Amino acid sequence: MSFEAYMSWVLTTPLNQIMDRYPVCHDFFQNLRIGELHTELTLENALSHVDSELLQEFGMEKHDILREFCEFLTAFGREAEQGVRVRTVTILGGTDKAGDSEVKEWSISVGEIISVVGPTGSGKSRLLADIECLANGDTPTGRKILIDGRALSDEERFYMEGRLVAQLSQNMNFVMDLTVREFLEMHARSRMSQNMEHTVKRCYEQANELAGERFGWDVKVTQLSGGQSRALMIADTAYMSASPIVLIDEIENAGIDRRKAIDILARKEKIVLISTHDPLLALRADKRIVIKNGGVNRMIDTSSEEKLCLEEVEKLDAVLYWMREKLRRGEELKRELLVK
Amino acid sequence: MKLITVAGPPSSGKTSVILKLAEALSIENGKMGVVKFDCLTSFDHFRYEEKGIPVKTGFSGKLCPDHFFVSNIEGSVNWGLHSGFQLLITESAGLCNRCSPYIRGVLSVCVIDNLSGINTPRKIGPMMKMADVVAVTKGDIVSQAEREVFAFNIRQVNPSAKIIFINGITGQGATILAKQVQDAAEITSLRDSRLRFTTPAAVCSYCTGETRIGEEYQMGTMKKMEFKGDRV
Repeated sequence: MSFEAYMSWVLTTPLNQIMDRYPVCHDFFQNLRIGELHTELTLENALSHVDSELLQEFGMEKHDILREFCEFLTAFGREAEQGVRVRTVTILGGTDKAGDSEVKEWSISVGEIISVVGPTGSGKSRLLADIECLANGDTPTGRKILIDGRALSDEERFYMEGRLVAQLSQNMNFVMDLTVREFLEMHARSRMSQNMEHTVKRCYEQANELAGERFGWDVKVTQLSGGQSRALMIADTAYMSASPIVLIDEIENAGIDRRKAIDILARKEKIVLISTHDPLLALRADKRIVIKNGGVNRMIDTSSEEKLCLEEVEKLDAVLYWMREKLRRGEELKRELLVK
Repeated sequence: MKLITVAGPPSSGKTSVILKLAEALSIENGKMGVVKFDCLTSFDHFRYEEKGIPVKTGFSGKLCPDHFFVSNIEGSVNWGLHSGFQLLITESAGLCNRCSPYIRGVLSVCVIDNLSGINTPRKIGPMMKMADVVAVTKGDIVSQAEREVFAFNIRQVNPSAKIIFINGITGQGATILAKQVQDAAEITSLRDSRLRFTTPAAVCSYCTGETRIGEEYQMGTMKKMEFKGDRV
């Protein structure tokens, strides 16, 4: 709906009907410290009962509120209706630091897992930044990013840039003083989720499945163990994040099932990029991108031989996982179990 | 010359954002200048000087920082024009969380950090509400969910602002801000331009040096809290 459409809706509809449809509107009035509103009236009429001195503190007159409320509805209505949808991202190559051409064109699609390899400083973050800002030949690399096979209009670009990429790295922590339930509900609300309860529940269950040790609804997110909070972050990104692309910067071995974690993201229609040198993760990807001297040097499809390597690595990983579990339970390890 | 006003709470990362912006813009050395408006002390000029960016620092001292800004912004612009800058950035700390040193027609950027509490965007007021761009820093150390909820709370207060996450250490996100700056208006003078929001009103006895507490010492513009019904 357009701004004008919202305006005529707001002018003719009692406020309580609007608020029932978009509960987020409560926040709009809280932000202006307007507590008691006659919501059975239209906003225009309800405002005539509000102390205008209060509004002046916010630098507003009554007609400003009406306009801002409609802007608010337009912004959040758009959020709820469309969000950011992407099926494929295509990168048209530019040049590396020496000015040499990089891989000409490559694409990543929803459900795909791509690993990104290369030493620190090789240009991994530059690549990500180019995707994030929807480069259009206007960044140092000269790359161009196409969405679903086409260049975006200015308006689409403005709306999407900075919203495409969700990031997960081991430096991230929870800082909010909320319980797991409050945290998930808050995030779901901000996404204007239609089916909030269901999403929150699925997300919680998934996080618990990933975490080595279960955690309850009423634990503070800041008190979760490393593995638990990583598991919650991954499940939350899969189920609730607005961004279609997920960049994972090394998931540490903090007692979560990393393979399952990545599968969940891919299954939830995300485009997954993992920056990692961990063979278990890198070989699990469909392709890997080699970054060298600021450019994409090569694109390698994971070969069948590499898939066999992966099987071996998975066996090793299973042994490690099993040993960790034994130690956790306070048991002793035996050498012969290693040989198997 | 382009002018940008940058405001934000203390230690939110204003200087880092400006420095990363300068890198992303790749403006010729000496063609970009900064005016730092601060209250009592400031150490940021060292960081600008280190990068070869000309900087002037002004201290509001015992005056309201907002009033201090308005009365010095024209002088700042003249300094920028005479120095032949292509870009002048003013940086001010929003000391009472209300300071909104934004001018109509001049690109305004509010810098706020992701660690400052999830409801902070809803509390800051005009400094956030009136900004064209809200730059969020320190997002690299909190979860994706917290970044998204934070952005949601910003959008509530200012639905039309462009929200940009900027990593003040790696500079990630600065390119997006640079694009906004490239589209900013050119100015030659600020004479007769208007502020976007009124500065805090305050002409009372305390403004003029009163320190004693008590009704009889309070004169001028005062505002009283209500404690109706409570036993005080």
